[in-house]
Amino acid sequence: MSLVELREHLCATFPDLCPLFSIEFGDGVLQVGPERLHEAMEGLKTLGFDMLGMVTAVDFGEEFELVYRLRAREMGVAIIVRARLPRHTPRAASVTDLWPAADWHEREVYDLFGIVFEGHPDLRRILLPDDWVGHPLRKDYEDPSIIRRPDYR
Amino acid sequence: MSERLVVNIGPSHPSTHGVCRIVVELDGEIVTHAEPIIGHLHRGIEKMAENRTYLQIVPLTDRLDYVGSMYANWAYCRAVERLAGIRVPERAEYIRVIVCELQRIASHMMGIGSAAADTGAFTVFMYAFEQRELVVDLFEALCGSRLTYNYVRPGGVSADLPDGWVDRCRTFIKGHPDAMREIDRMLFGNVIFRARTKGIGVLDAADAVAWGASGPVARGSGVDYDLRRDDPYSMYPRFDFTVPLGERGDSYDRARVRLWECVESCRIVEQALDQLAEYEPGVIMTEGLPRLLAPGRGDAYDHIESARGCLGVYLVSDGGVCPYRMKVRSPAFSNLALLPLLATGHTLSDLIVVLGSLDPVFGEVDR
Repeated sequence: MSLVELREHLCATFPDLCPLFSIEFGDGVLQVGPERLHEAMEGLKTLGFDMLGMVTAVDFGEEFELVYRLRAREMGVAIIVRARLPRHTPRAASVTDLWPAADWHEREVYDLFGIVFEGHPDLRRILLPDDWVGHPLRKDYEDPSIIRRPDYR
Repeated sequence: MSERLVVNIGPSHPSTHGVCRIVVELDGEIVTHAEPIIGHLHRGIEKMAENRTYLQIVPLTDRLDYVGSMYANWAYCRAVERLAGIRVPERAEYIRVIVCELQRIASHMMGIGSAAADTGAFTVFMYAFEQRELVVDLFEALCGSRLTYNYVRPGGVSADLPDGWVDRCRTFIKGHPDAMREIDRMLFGNVIFRARTKGIGVLDAADAVAWGASGPVARGSGVDYDLRRDDPYSMYPRFDFTVPLGERGDSYDRARVRLWECVESCRIVEQALDQLAEYEPGVIMTEGLPRLLAPGRGDAYDHIESARGCLGVYLVSDGGVCPYRMKVRSPAFSNLALLPLLATGHTLSDLIVVLGSLDPVFGEVDR
């Protein structure tokens, strides 16, 4: 299935998700608000997206962007779902009820970015020790051992 | 109901295949819960990447899956090439396919060998490592390194095949399938190994998909999914190969799928070497690439089928010389999350077998 066909399929099944879909650099992207994230993910699952490949986040200063990558094996197509969260309240609904694969991935995002997934059964740090202070992949994370690369250009 | 006992295994224990700690709850000898505690090898590679140029990150990716460094090199380079819109010469793509299929053999030999050693079949471990050694020798001749290759670079590969390498490689892939048949008889026909692995850690196909398992772990359960065929990249559409599948999804099937994948890899390498002969030597790098890559704003995700499954790299660029964010989607991380599901209800000694059949590499799990 091509991305254009995916768009048609998505728009026919979920008309309200249709305006959120775009095709960027050969990837199908669905940009949703955090309040509609779970609803959209549930819709995508019924559409046939059976594999959750990864969950990650990017720190854009004022906002965090959650990035999910889903794959539909039957249709042979992948989609990226993005949701922007405000930095002061980084909370989003967990999708562990839809894909158990999200369990460790969401724990990792919580560990490294401090984003809280509501409804996650066991939201603890996963890579870092339990008593670690701060969330290292945030851009404002400070550690004396980090030596900034000088700008050569 | 006997008394509940909590046992700690690892983090440094020969059967954990790296630095993994497992907290096991036991009822007698039966595992009632097993929780892998990971992160002992977490070096913050994703954070380090934000402070390095695109070319400087390639050696970091070597340290992810240190049993299959070529894969992480390639997945990363594919993401960079996609981000920067670089077209790679076909000869370089063929070389990448060849080294990565050889890498699959080397990695699976480690996987099968250590899974065999876990069940006491130490002879097979040595036989498998002999095959791995031959591949590693080929890599040493190719790029000078035996473990962390730093060979696949954005835009191509770092060196062309040296004189006589193709013949050496052909000799290896000619003999390798026979060695695999020997291991098949010696290990998979062995009554002890069968008793230790058949019906142990059964993963059904629906669970494999829901938990995001990939590679031999998913295919051992009969999930017919291989990125080389189902999301074809590089030169894979030009090769004829089959995807071995398991039936029952137990530890035996997972290990055996790896064995037949090695034979398929030999077929791919053979075809690739034949097709490579038509390309002029020396054209292995995109011309005119700047020393300091600075792709425009945007993001790119690309993935390959590594020996452990779907290995993806997600890059975000803000237009600078370092990536703004790099995320490695490692297959071993997702596969290892299955351990509590698979080991519960089996004995403690079976837990070790299940862990071995998942073939995790902790450089990649912890990053």
